[in-house]
Amino acid sequence: MAEVKTHSFDAIIVGAGGAGLMAALYASREVNVAVISKLYPTRSHTGAAQGGIGAALGNIEEDRWEWHAYDTVKGSDYLADQDAVDVLCKEAIDTVIELEHMGLPFDRFPNGKISQRRFGGHTNNETGKPVQRACHAADRTGHMILQTLYQQCIKNKVNFFDEFHVVDLIRVGDTVRGVVAVEISTGDFHVFHSKAVLFATGGWGRCWEVTSNAHSLTGDGAAICVRRGIPMEDMEFFQFHPTGIYRLGILITEGVRGEGGVLLNSKGERFMEKYAPSIKDLASRDVVSRAIFLEIQAGRGINGENYVHLDITPETVNKYLAEAGESRRITREYVEAKLPDIADFTRTYLGVDPVKEPMPIQPTAHYAMGGIPTDVDGRVVLDQNNKVLAGLYAAGECACVSVHGANRLGTNSLVDLVVFGRRSGVHMAQYCKEAEKLPLPKNPVDEVMAEFDRIRNGSGGAKPYELRKQMQKTMTDNVGVFRTDETISKAVDDLRLLRAEYNRNIQIDDKGARFNTDLLEAWELGCLLELAEITAVSALNRTESRGGHARDDYPKRNDVDWLKHTLCFSENGKLRLDYKPVVIGRYQPKERVY
Amino acid sequence: MKVDLRVRRFNPEKDQKPWWGEYTLEKVRATDTVLDLLHRIKWEQDGTLTLRRSCAHGVCGSDALRINGANMLACKTLVTRLTKDNNYARIQVEPILGMQIIKDLVVDMEPFFDHYRSVMPYFVNDNPLPANGRERLQSQEDRARFDDTTKCILCAACTSSCPSFWANEKYIGPAAIVQAHRFIFDTRDEAFEERLEVVGDTFGVWRCRTNFNCSNACPREIEVTRAIAEVKMALTTGKI
Repeated sequence: MAEVKTHSFDAIIVGAGGAGLMAALYASREVNVAVISKLYPTRSHTGAAQGGIGAALGNIEEDRWEWHAYDTVKGSDYLADQDAVDVLCKEAIDTVIELEHMGLPFDRFPNGKISQRRFGGHTNNETGKPVQRACHAADRTGHMILQTLYQQCIKNKVNFFDEFHVVDLIRVGDTVRGVVAVEISTGDFHVFHSKAVLFATGGWGRCWEVTSNAHSLTGDGAAICVRRGIPMEDMEFFQFHPTGIYRLGILITEGVRGEGGVLLNSKGERFMEKYAPSIKDLASRDVVSRAIFLEIQAGRGINGENYVHLDITPETVNKYLAEAGESRRITREYVEAKLPDIADFTRTYLGVDPVKEPMPIQPTAHYAMGGIPTDVDGRVVLDQNNKVLAGLYAAGECACVSVHGANRLGTNSLVDLVVFGRRSGVHMAQYCKEAEKLPLPKNPVDEVMAEFDRIRNGSGGAKPYELRKQMQKTMTDNVGVFRTDETISKAVDDLRLLRAEYNRNIQIDDKGARFNTDLLEAWELGCLLELAEITAVSALNRTESRGGHARDDYPKRNDVDWLKHTLCFSENGKLRLDYKPVVIGRYQPKERVY
Repeated sequence: MKVDLRVRRFNPEKDQKPWWGEYTLEKVRATDTVLDLLHRIKWEQDGTLTLRRSCAHGVCGSDALRINGANMLACKTLVTRLTKDNNYARIQVEPILGMQIIKDLVVDMEPFFDHYRSVMPYFVNDNPLPANGRERLQSQEDRARFDDTTKCILCAACTSSCPSFWANEKYIGPAAIVQAHRFIFDTRDEAFEERLEVVGDTFGVWRCRTNFNCSNACPREIEVTRAIAEVKMALTTGKI
């Protein structure tokens, strides 16, 4: 292996999606920052977000951030920390305005203000009716956020290390000294020595078979933290988005239903009327995903298959608008203008024209509510007393603040990225100005380099692809939309065997140094396996149903025993569970009805 | 169906020059994408096959490749688009042209991003913000003026299909011009004069010979040639 190069910065940001770039913009104004990403920044998965970013701008009708906060808490099934939710929803307003000031090309209302549409679970708290809160740029809002933030980073001359894959955190006791990364094009190891590190590495949807997530979403940052003694919070809560393209999992935005689209079963029934009589198709995602699953289970999937229809054809939409007494009507041209990308997706991948016929959809693994525990400034916390690990930060999907609790409301992932990316960047800069840079330990790369050598030289015949397929199958079959003690236990057993196989017998083909994606994919699989097991173990212990964690054997929410956050620690190869209280504010838990 | 794939291979640690790898896949579905096929080769037959990919549904821009002689995103190209035969397809995959090959299908993107960065691809407006603390206003018509070019995902399918770029790699290329267009025609932006100066330079828009390869290659269906023509017009008339 070639020599190890060492770089020195005040702060290191790992990941160049929305959270990482927002943090970079703020931190780089004050201190010396490097952004390290295994992808070119514009490839980050923030760019796949479609429908909108929620903020109570009130551009078309009355809205208040407190309503957004209540909707978020209710959506979370009361597991979100309400102090953090207040920060999220209050600051959503000025971060969206700030994005516009950075040039983000939002769609506009006729009066020139930012256009807003309806989205699942967002309501006028007085009438209970859906409210237009999701600010959007057609159905590529995430793309425009990612582009705009990257553009501003170029303008502000932020340092980027593109296609450098971070593989370890240098932690000494309760201090952080930097990270270790592999330069993908050469295979060389690099040490990035710093005072502070922010992980903004996204989720781990690739633990499941059918997912909206990119191939690169393998939970690297979270897994690295686990290996360095940091617990994972609320990992049993993983969101299955109701409307993924059948078999492919590609996301079809909730904005389709926000614009009037409806879900139909094989009998042509708008079945959400049964499950959520008040806001129907615009109920929270967990509610809609379960409804689809139950319809399919009852034999009402289309053609008896595992999917239902999502219908945005003007004929269908206008029929239901008329039925609801609304004066609004839509046209084919309107659908093309407001949802061009999803129209392109279904035409390309299914040969289905959504302005003429319904789209076949099924729930798809979408978003990690849980992750690296942090406070509202992105500081990573280590235990049930929220003890801070100075210098370590996390933001975006990999972090758990917790603002999403047991189920994230649509649009709130983008809000989370920009609000907590910004707060982390600001706090990290301040920290770097005050903190000393502590020396690097001896040989900081040795441990992870040994793991890479083990994978590269392994000859046990276990192919990463085979192990990954088995992991995805057991997670899909056993830790999906619905779970039971029996299924989750099966997954835990399977995952332990798979991890043992990975640790003993992994074997790859590519033994080279340069651009060795065979090796990196195998290492990423180790991250996925680590997080899959934590997810299953956390899910097994929570004997209630709440938000995205739905147990057939414990179908009710149980606030007496379970109104608390899970913390899962990995200690000497064993997982240990602990819990911490939920911060309740204005909203006392009550039954959740949509 | 059965698919025979011919994939351009080059390992800088072993090979003196590129060569063709031949692979046969059975039980391919017509709706599989070329990325699915490349993954099957990598995962089932030869883990050394190297390519970039991420989102797998045409929005991240990682996997622009030359497929049967034309630039496309591997993840957005279905087998059915490449054959008329229901039982058989023959598919050839190469890296995009005009860029240095790092390994197999992976090319050096740095010169491409240098061209991108050269056109000031960022919003400039140093005027005071609205006093009410809210967004700048923009009419729907003004917003629509540059909608098409906001769709760009920087995949380089256009630039690497352009004969003018092949002839001279200093030409900033269609992708950079698309990015410039997105800001030049945004009524909120104030830097159009500086930006026009960059794209009006020796290696700017006038290298374009209007042969439409870029528009045909764009996986986002941006009318690239039209955008370039609008920039040329702005340079000629001084009007936006």
